[in-house]
Amino acid sequence: MYAIEAKKLCKKYGDKAAVSDLSLTIDQGELFALLGTNGAGKTTTIKMLTTLIQPTSGDALIQGSSIRTDSTKVRQLSNVSPQENAVGTKLTVRENLEFIARIYGAKGSEVKEKANSMIEKFDMQEVAKQRAGTLSGGWQRRLSIAMALITDPEVLYLDEPTLGLDVLARRELWEVIRQLKGKVTMILTTHYLEEAEALSDRIGIMAKSKLKKIGTAAELKEYAGTDNFEEAFIKIAEEAVV
Amino acid sequence: MNTFHFSSRNTKEILRDPITLIFSLGFPLVLLFLLSAVNSSIPAEAADATALFRIENLAPGISVFGLSFISLFSAMLIAKDKTTGFMLRLFTSPLKASDFILGYTLPLIPMALAQSAVCYAAALFLGLEFSVNLLAALLVNIPITLVFVALGLLFGTLLNEKAVGGVCGALLTNLSAWFSNIWFDTALVGGWFEGLSNALPFVHAVNAARLACAGKYGDLMAELWWVIAYAVVLLTLAVILFAVKTKHSDK
Repeated sequence: MYAIEAKKLCKKYGDKAAVSDLSLTIDQGELFALLGTNGAGKTTTIKMLTTLIQPTSGDALIQGSSIRTDSTKVRQLSNVSPQENAVGTKLTVRENLEFIARIYGAKGSEVKEKANSMIEKFDMQEVAKQRAGTLSGGWQRRLSIAMALITDPEVLYLDEPTLGLDVLARRELWEVIRQLKGKVTMILTTHYLEEAEALSDRIGIMAKSKLKKIGTAAELKEYAGTDNFEEAFIKIAEEAVV
Repeated sequence: MNTFHFSSRNTKEILRDPITLIFSLGFPLVLLFLLSAVNSSIPAEAADATALFRIENLAPGISVFGLSFISLFSAMLIAKDKTTGFMLRLFTSPLKASDFILGYTLPLIPMALAQSAVCYAAALFLGLEFSVNLLAALLVNIPITLVFVALGLLFGTLLNEKAVGGVCGALLTNLSAWFSNIWFDTALVGGWFEGLSNALPFVHAVNAARLACAGKYGDLMAELWWVIAYAVVLLTLAVILFAVKTKHSDK
C-alpha cells in the first residue's frame, strides 16, 4: 500500500483551477518534496491532502483512507507542521506538546511519556519549561515539528520548515528531518531548492496548477539537460508556462 | 474531553498575558477608585446631579464596563491563533467545530465572574453595602458577558490581530461606555443618541446590574431580556460565521 495515492485530484474556485488532475503515489517512509512557483498549487494540494478543503473532483488515499469519505481517520493518521511557527506562545514547550498529545487522544501517563520522548528526541531539555514565545525562531520551528510528531503520524506535512531561519538553524533542522526519513512519510514544500535537493528522495514540480514532472533531483537535472538543479527547476516550470 | 483540553489551553494563553490583568482588573479598579474619590469631593447640594457616581450606581456600571475587555481577550486570541498558524494546525486535528467554539467561549465566563466579583469586592471598601443582592448582580452580568464573548468570536474570526486591537480595544470599549449610562445619563443627551442607547444592550445590562444590586428584582427582567436577546442572536451569528470560516479555510 502506498502512503499517499492521489487520483486525478482537482480543485477549482469558480472557473479558475488551483489544482488540475494531480495524480501521484508516495511510498511508505519516503520524503517527497513538492516544489513550484507562487500560485502553482502546492498549498492547495496540501490543504486537500490534510482535509482542510474538499477537492472539487478526484480523491486521495492516505494510508488507504479517503480524504473525501474518511477525513476523521485521515486526521488521526497525519499531521502538519505549518509554515508559521504555530505554537502556543504563552504555553511552555512541555505544555504545547502535552496539549497536542491530549487532543489526539493520549491519556494519563501516556501524555507525559510522549512529551518526554519528544523533548529528548529534539534535544529540548533545557527549554522544556520555557514559554514557547520566548524561544528563538529555530527552536520554535523545532517545537512545531515535535508537536506534529508527538501524535505518531504516519504522514507528516512540512510546509516551508526552514523559512526565515539562519543558516545554522536551518542545517540543524535538516538533520532533524534526515533522522525522520524512512520512519515517517513526509511531504515537504519549500522555496529553497537546495533544501529539496539535499533532503528529498523524490521531487515533484508544480506549475500552473499541474504537477509537471516527478523524479529524483538527478533525474530532473538529466531531463532538463543541466547539472544545476535551480536551472532544471526553472526549465521545467517554464515549460508549463509556454 | 477535547473541549476541556482546548479551554484549558486558552485559559493559560489569556491569563498569562499581562494585558489581561491590566485591562480586566487594573483599569476598572483604577476608574472605580478615582471616580469614588471625585464623588466624595462633590458638595452635598450637587449630589443629585452626580448620582451616577455614587458607589451603588458606579460599581455595577464599572463591573459591566470591565467586561467589554472580554471581547478584546477572546478576539486577540483567535486572531493570534490565525496569524501564527496555530489554528491551521488545530483545523487538521481531531478537534470539532463545537470544541473550537466552546473552547474559546467557556474559559471567559468564570474569568468574567471573577472580574465582576473583584470589582464589587473593591466597591465594598469604598462604601458599597454588603448584601446577598451582590450575588444576584454577579449572575445578572452573565448575559452581557456572553454578548462580549460573541463579539470577540465574531471580530476574532473576521479581523487580523492588528485590526482586533483597534476594533475591540478602542472602538467597542468606547461605544459600550458611551451608550451605557455609566459615565453620563444618555437621557440628558436625548434624541437619536438616547434612542440608539436604548436599542443597544449596554444600557440595559448596566440598568439590570444596578437593579440587582439594589434588590429591585421586579423591574430587572424587563432590562435583562434585551441583553439575553442580544446574547442569543450574537452567539448564533458568531457560531455560524466561525463554522463557515472553518469549512472554507481556503478562502
